[in-house]
Amino acid sequence: MAIIEAERLTYTYPIGEKPAFKDVTLQINKGEFVIITGPSGCGKTTLCRCFNGLIPHFYGGKLEGEITVCGLRVKEHPTYEIAQHVGMVFQNPENQLFALSVEKDVAFGLENLGVPREEIRRRVDWALKITGTYDLRNRAPYELSGGQQQRVAIASVLAMNPEVIVLDEPTSFLDPVGAEQIFKVINRINKDLDITIVLVEHRLDMISKYADRVVIMQDGRIVLDGDPREVFVSEEARLIGVGIPKATMLYKILRFRGVSLERVPLSSDEACQSIIGVLKK
Amino acid sequence: MIVMEDVYFTYPSGVEALRGINLKIEDGEFVAIMGQNGAGKTTLVKHINGLLKPTKGRVLIDGVETTKVSVATLARKVGLVFQNPDHQLFSETVEEEISFALKNFGYDEKTIRERVDWALNLLDLKEYRKVSPFMLSGGERKRVALASVLAWDPKIVILDEPTIGQDYRQKERLRQFILQLRRQGKTIIIVTHDVEFVAECSPSIILMREGRIVAMGEAKEILTNEILVNQASVALPEITKIFKGLEDLGFPSKVIDVYEAADILYKRLGEQT
Repeated sequence: MAIIEAERLTYTYPIGEKPAFKDVTLQINKGEFVIITGPSGCGKTTLCRCFNGLIPHFYGGKLEGEITVCGLRVKEHPTYEIAQHVGMVFQNPENQLFALSVEKDVAFGLENLGVPREEIRRRVDWALKITGTYDLRNRAPYELSGGQQQRVAIASVLAMNPEVIVLDEPTSFLDPVGAEQIFKVINRINKDLDITIVLVEHRLDMISKYADRVVIMQDGRIVLDGDPREVFVSEEARLIGVGIPKATMLYKILRFRGVSLERVPLSSDEACQSIIGVLKK
Repeated sequence: MIVMEDVYFTYPSGVEALRGINLKIEDGEFVAIMGQNGAGKTTLVKHINGLLKPTKGRVLIDGVETTKVSVATLARKVGLVFQNPDHQLFSETVEEEISFALKNFGYDEKTIRERVDWALNLLDLKEYRKVSPFMLSGGERKRVALASVLAWDPKIVILDEPTIGQDYRQKERLRQFILQLRRQGKTIIIVTHDVEFVAECSPSIILMREGRIVAMGEAKEILTNEILVNQASVALPEITKIFKGLEDLGFPSKVIDVYEAADILYKRLGEQT
């Protein structure tokens, strides 16, 4: 069942001369984990801003075509309404956190909706536990590391019980260990809670193994959309210059030289297993 | 040459950011400083261009202590490109941004024009000459910040997190660009979390943790040392992870480069398939 459905969507910012993306048709199903990637300026961030109605309601500009998210026509429903179904996490967690304690930050959205106190308590604790930030609940967000802050930002979104979470390069400011923790949390949210994940990302090494699908954009258009194992080894992906996982790159170099591993690996673990598989034959 | 002798630095807030740093970086070296957030990496490089002076110990650039010269004098030798370009950019157009320091250094108009053209060309910014830096994308603003430092031709170039927000192509261009600067004999220091980028460029590595240097050496030695890497919250490169998993089968474990990895595997697997 489609949870996000865009039909021939074209958008131009108020100050823009040409569209930020053009003629985008995309369907994302409930429970899917989709990575959107592509060169800087390809329109991926702009596209994601339509998923909770920031476009067109906050940014203005001209949105043509049709987009429906969780059964709501985005053009007709204000952001606060769509935001109850779709949570957004941005690049820099500092821009998203503001309260004096982690717990208050995570509770903020629910308090605004007038959710009963007991229910808030329950949902906040739940969200903090899933993201591994429960022990930090009384700390001030600004005292935390970037990775911890980003997990708190995810907790605040999760507490709202969304059907979809959209994350725009959530790990660019983090060290590799912090990034890996974030990706594990995202994966858990997707697999255990069946929440649909849309992740905009350049760093594909750590995350590709979790994804069901990868969408590649270039110059405002979707140029590839499919199984990561097929998309990453395609000639088009090479020409666009997508930073495919190192394990996949190794597979491609070996295949070019006549050595075939059985399956296209998306991570170091998978590559390891494939290589061992060939050696045992 | 950059020398640090037992350097300590404490911020006014009381945070002890550097605790006894000793290092020597020769002219023309290419060094990556790595370690988790808050390890003291940025504090350390700010001591090289004199923005910060040690609370204790000495920093010498070409034999001169940084406390004995002004930041402006040091800036001619040391160019620092900040992590966030917005901390650095302020002019109305890209062209003014790049010429600002040159004017302050007192270069004549002709030289300034030549240098600005050179830098715009180098970083692929020609079309933005008359555009406000704030109209540009994050990645483009980063290039403007870099251009404005390179324009005055410092012999030491420091790049703080140069790959953040850059896509694959831009990273590749940055790598080529660092190679080019190295050929000109410049000393390059990058501060970065980006293990894969470092594995591709293979500089020497300074690994920091809690204000101290915990290891120094070649990328291949440091990045394949799991204990060190974990201590500093840096990850093993993906290729290294693969080879760690193959160690029992007699494969070497110190591999960081994908092409080297392919060569090794081709020799073993090629016989079988």
